[in-house]
Amino acid sequence: MNIIIAGCGKMGIELIKILSLEKHNIVVIDTNLQVIDDISGDFDVMTVTGNSSRCDVLKEANVSKCNIFIAMTESDEVNILSCLIARKMNAKHCIARVRNPVYAEQMVFMREELGLSMMVNPEYQAAREIGRILHYPSAINIETFGRGRIDMVEFKINPGCVLADMSLKEMTAKIKVRVLVCAVQREGSVFIPSGDFILRSGDKIHFAAAHDQISKFFKITDPDKERVKSVLIVGGGAISYYLAHHITEDMGMQAKVLETDMQRCVSLSERLPRADIINADGSDHELLIEEGIDSADAFVTLTGMDEENIVLALFAKSRGVNKVVTKASRFSVLKIAESVGLDCVVSPKAITANMILQYVRARQNSDGSNVLTLYRMLDGEAEAIEFIVRQEADYVNVPIKDLRLNKNSLIASIIRDRKYIIPNGDDKLMLNDSVVVVSTNKYMRDLNDIFLH
Amino acid sequence: MNYRMITYLTGQIMKLEAVFMLAPLLVCVLYGEGDYFSFITPAAILIAAGFILTVKKPLNKEMSAHDGFVTVAVAWIIISLFGALPFMLSGDIPNYIDAVFETISGFTTTGSTLLTDVEAMSRSNLFWRSFSHWLGGMGVLVFVLAVLPQSNAKSMYILRAEASGPKVGKLVSKMKSSARILYSIYIFLTLLETVLLCIGGMPLFDSLANSFATTGTGGFSVLNNSIAGYDSVYFEAVIAIFMLLSGINFNLFYFLIIRKFTDFYRNEEMKAYLGIIAVSITAIIINTYHLYGSLAKAFRFSSFQVISIITSTGFATADYIQWPEFSQCILLLLMFSGACAGSTGGGIKVYRVVLLFKVALKEIAHTLNPRSVVTLKMDGKPVEAGVVKGVVNYTVLYFFIFAFSLILISVDNMDLTTSVTAVITCFNNIGPGLGFVGPAGNFSGFSSFSKIILSFDMLLGRLEIFPILLLFRVGRR
Repeated sequence: MNIIIAGCGKMGIELIKILSLEKHNIVVIDTNLQVIDDISGDFDVMTVTGNSSRCDVLKEANVSKCNIFIAMTESDEVNILSCLIARKMNAKHCIARVRNPVYAEQMVFMREELGLSMMVNPEYQAAREIGRILHYPSAINIETFGRGRIDMVEFKINPGCVLADMSLKEMTAKIKVRVLVCAVQREGSVFIPSGDFILRSGDKIHFAAAHDQISKFFKITDPDKERVKSVLIVGGGAISYYLAHHITEDMGMQAKVLETDMQRCVSLSERLPRADIINADGSDHELLIEEGIDSADAFVTLTGMDEENIVLALFAKSRGVNKVVTKASRFSVLKIAESVGLDCVVSPKAITANMILQYVRARQNSDGSNVLTLYRMLDGEAEAIEFIVRQEADYVNVPIKDLRLNKNSLIASIIRDRKYIIPNGDDKLMLNDSVVVVSTNKYMRDLNDIFLH
Repeated sequence: MNYRMITYLTGQIMKLEAVFMLAPLLVCVLYGEGDYFSFITPAAILIAAGFILTVKKPLNKEMSAHDGFVTVAVAWIIISLFGALPFMLSGDIPNYIDAVFETISGFTTTGSTLLTDVEAMSRSNLFWRSFSHWLGGMGVLVFVLAVLPQSNAKSMYILRAEASGPKVGKLVSKMKSSARILYSIYIFLTLLETVLLCIGGMPLFDSLANSFATTGTGGFSVLNNSIAGYDSVYFEAVIAIFMLLSGINFNLFYFLIIRKFTDFYRNEEMKAYLGIIAVSITAIIINTYHLYGSLAKAFRFSSFQVISIITSTGFATADYIQWPEFSQCILLLLMFSGACAGSTGGGIKVYRVVLLFKVALKEIAHTLNPRSVVTLKMDGKPVEAGVVKGVVNYTVLYFFIFAFSLILISVDNMDLTTSVTAVITCFNNIGPGLGFVGPAGNFSGFSSFSKIILSFDMLLGRLEIFPILLLFRVGRR
């Protein structure tokens, strides 16, 4: 597909990296000559220098032949304007990054009225993801499938956990919770496990389950972790606002936000009536103790500095805070954070990149939106993808045990008539089912790709 | 340095050259010439060596800019060293250093020859000589990029190192597609010229060989008297037009194909290129009118010669050494300017000349009013500071190398005109110079040492200095 990416910040470059791996024809637009020069050396893409909201620049990038136009410049307004012009110049689909909270409430209106395909707000998405993690404090990460009916949960088996040294068959028999382990990461490699697979402590597992089952599962596997009631947030940026708003209004938690800038505090306090806003330097350890880090159930570091976030998170861990969530902007920091024992690291950029990749993958299919949701797990080593069964293929209406699946693929769940099924060998795929597939084979575009031919 | 990747790519190139050697072998069979083994032996060696080098795919495919430059330099030296074997084995050029000089002159599209009697050469060797022009014109590695199934994103550095000109822009997103488009245009031009020459009555072998030499802007011909040997206005016109086209940036042809006419017309470099040609032809006509006696005749010889020299082809229809000094001087300057960036031609490139001219104007304006701020523009767009710096650096290096080569060549004790123009013509990939190396002469009078120096000059000129220079800095990063 022909994809134009306007704006080459960290986000833009990450998108170029992912999308060029998938063999798309990419044109990159940026105003900075130096950036453009570096990119043309590092990636197999065409480059255009100029402002993406100018017609001649878009024309040079061949916008009329483009399937997806993605505006990722630092300015929301330039992004929206570029998308509008690109749309008028016959770009098929337009995606704009709009991150100013001012526009947050009118996102749907703007998207529909302006004819854009997608508006992404990385900070908002990151806040939602942190919200989900706080909801299940035992989980490292949670992704929803099937319009929120099925969750894909990442969970680390700590020493002493009941699951350690248990095979998956035994697990199903003993804990009597309907979950399906889809992928296991052990010492850097990723496995798609069968029933005989034995879990070890230190493994990171991904399992699919419905909401009620997840709580049951955690009650058995991680009985010490309690529900999060109070959250201490350091940093008062956009994510903090969305997060504090979400957890105080929708989830009934208490939130305390520490922010150094007085004006920012005032504006936060206006818009977050239920949260406590503290005007103080959150990097001061004494102050954190004073503000009750020891009694907080969860600690979220959202300052603008990755390094500071990590140091603060480590401090919170040493104080014994139940759940610590860290934000990392730079991708290189993600791995380092994991290596020092911080499991819950949220990256707004990675989340956005995933959303856009999912959209691109879905457009790639000839018969339209076959891919509903896509979730890249374990640094992109495995993918969980939700497909819809659109046609009467030869795999429809056949018991799963009789289907010949690829070695590294697994059917994680089936959603039919608003009900979810964690499949066993006797279940069948039916027309219009949506099916969640987990696979280590990358770049799946169609349900057909998981079967042996 | 990623030595594994460099070795691997070199191996690929060697296999590719073996495949290319099948073409002259076919000629050998068609004309019933006996010495098959002068091609089969080097091809077999290349296949064997290439196979050994590519048996294991390197795991780490990352390439730095330095790796790209070194790959290109190594590949070009290797293909020249092996490409010389057929000449030596068949006995047409018994001395290996002479054979290498002739081969490098072929691949770098220079067209300088050591041979006094070209017609005595076997047909297959003549074909290989001309075919090497064609391969070297667009670039051997660009060809590899166009045909290799999986090209690395970083192989952009290879394209940059091999293509001519200070800036290499892609035509489409994928480099592989870009390389394919360029080669398609190149092949189309070559075939069209061959057909046109055939229609005019030139034998197929000659028209193919001359087309290779024209579109590659090389200059090897199959007759002793070069194109003058045919004595046909039609052939001269066709060849002149195709030389002119081959000297234009090939990207512009693509713009024409996809109907981006404004990008075509707006190109300052092409305008300057055509302008220089028009002015030079007019000046030479006026200057040589008394020699030819008629305007038509003066136009015929001067236009062919000007185009041949500025595009760095080096075909000759007139012995311009007999022309007045003024005309010779113009030709000498045209040798420096060369053709457009992104064409198959050599020289400093019109783009650089135009840019340097603008830099000079800017500096003058700046001296007059030190507070003035002026932006350098090309084709209506600002030029990156890096590009300006690169062009200035290139020019400085260019003249240092020129001076250094000249000193080394002068040991042979030739007259000044011959020594100076020998270096100019080799360094700019033209072909003939003035004096003893003029259109009627050749390079056989030089010592082996000078031939090696001139061979290096040809490589330096074709690869635009940096790849060959960086070769001497391997492992020192």
